[in-house]
Amino acid sequence: MQNIQDLEKILNSELNTKIKSSLIKHNQIYLKIDETDLTEVILFLKTNSKTKFRQLIDITAVDFPENEIRFKLVYLLLSHEFNQRIIIEIDVKEKEIVGSITSIFPAANWMEREVFDMYGIDFKDHPDLRRILTDYGFEGHPLRKDFPLTGHNEVRYSHETKKVIYEPVKLEQNYRNFDYESPWEGTKYIKEQTKE
Amino acid sequence: MAKETKTLNLNFGPQHPAAHGVLRLILQLDGEIVEKADPHIGLLHRGTEKLIENKTYTQAVPYFDRLDYVAPMNQEHAFALAIEKILKIEVPIRAQYIRVMFCEIGRILSHILNVTTQAMDVGALTPTLWGFEEREILMGFYEKVSGSRLHANYFRAGGVHQDLPKGLDKEIGKFCERFPKIINDLELLLTDNRIFKQRNVDIGVVSKQDALDYSFSGVMLRGSGVPWDLRKSQPYDSYEQFEFKIPVGKNGDCYDRYLCRIEEMKESVNIINQCLANLPVGPIKTDDGKISPPPKKEIKQSMEALIHHFKLYTEGYRVDKDEIYTAVEAPKGEFGVYLISDGSSKPYKCKIRAPGFSHLQAMDYLIKGHMLADVPAVLGSMDIVFGEVDR
Repeated sequence: MQNIQDLEKILNSELNTKIKSSLIKHNQIYLKIDETDLTEVILFLKTNSKTKFRQLIDITAVDFPENEIRFKLVYLLLSHEFNQRIIIEIDVKEKEIVGSITSIFPAANWMEREVFDMYGIDFKDHPDLRRILTDYGFEGHPLRKDFPLTGHNEVRYSHETKKVIYEPVKLEQNYRNFDYESPWEGTKYIKEQTKE
Repeated sequence: MAKETKTLNLNFGPQHPAAHGVLRLILQLDGEIVEKADPHIGLLHRGTEKLIENKTYTQAVPYFDRLDYVAPMNQEHAFALAIEKILKIEVPIRAQYIRVMFCEIGRILSHILNVTTQAMDVGALTPTLWGFEEREILMGFYEKVSGSRLHANYFRAGGVHQDLPKGLDKEIGKFCERFPKIINDLELLLTDNRIFKQRNVDIGVVSKQDALDYSFSGVMLRGSGVPWDLRKSQPYDSYEQFEFKIPVGKNGDCYDRYLCRIEEMKESVNIINQCLANLPVGPIKTDDGKISPPPKKEIKQSMEALIHHFKLYTEGYRVDKDEIYTAVEAPKGEFGVYLISDGSSKPYKCKIRAPGFSHLQAMDYLIKGHMLADVPAVLGSMDIVFGEVDR
């Protein structure tokens, strides 16, 4: 097994200008790069004989609505040969289009579709960018933090029209989200009140 | 005179017994040959990841049972490990052994279901009846230890919820004694069966390179000859203390995957036997009152325990700001949790990496050029459960 520190050094020397920062934590390498270098870095990691990250484990995004650059795209790769994992992060603005890596890893196809479905991030040169998990004709991107937990529409079978119909969500009782934080440390609403 | 040919579009599912749940597969057929397969998934999408973001860490555990519902505890394991790594919790050794044991029980549960239903998909009914009898007994163990047969909600960050009830270890030991015979019976029915072989040998062949490219894991990867098992290569809990073999296939077809699963069941029995033989005594969860709830007796007597209990079941424990990916070798492959915590008692983001998602993605690649009747065989050997694919 190749040492993780050595691997980080190799990455830093071979890709030095492309890496914004690298970090070893929990026995994994965390790499921050620019969106423009994405395909190049992934291709390098896959094909280089010193890295051999030949399996794409997953692609996902994280939403930080308060940040100026709203999304963080995360690529998880695994190297069987060296038994190492790497986590690659890129920052993506809303409505920014990211290069697809389906030509490097065919497995990225559905993973990118899922990110598109859940977060609304577009991918350039993706062969078949459709929604994947949500309903046919669904609107919105559910895993964005500003999407309500209850959703917008509900489905039921209507006896009058004899078919399944969509209606705006009606809740008998509002969704309750209690604030359990210690009152001594100050709960969120008290903090907000005292700020003003 | 030129013959006119036409491709036929066929909807396989969403309601079809061989679709193993709610898969809608749109097949393009030329005669009986499949030209293209387009799986439509998401009919069982429940928004697990969104729900977890709105629940405390304790409340999130039951959602993991509902992913791959034929091996619930293996999934809870990945989540528990993620939290433990962030909080740097030491898990007592007895708890680790219990978790390993129940993960292996989960593996047998899943493999029995898969092997027997795969047989049913290609026309054999008896294995299902025999196999499900054994699953019933295993789910009895689940019930005895956690109170429910399916959705166990048993693993916690820092250990397990309760200790084994009296006598359960003996019962599991008895099961392990007779189960190898049952595997043998199943093998007698299937392994050399002419029809079973005709339906599975050389069907859905995956090459080594493609298995890697399509991000296969578990039996799908091992069946193609890649010796990779997270229990060996990145051991978690106390897996490094157990002796077991990793069965690897040669041809990467449906039949090899079936053989791998049969061998894995035997290894699982072996691991459970080792667990039972060396089961240490001691605590079954961490004694850190900030993470695991105090015993009932203490709540009645100690003020601090009462406060801990109250805080744990209202606010829940907090997890430091961090970001981590942990994976376990679930019966179907690499099941991972990518967790981002923000210091509060709810996860900021929890991405679930389900093995079945990548496997099903390769459906088009696997089935192209096969006959229509091979679709259930290939689907069966991929071991798809829609709870985890759709999340």
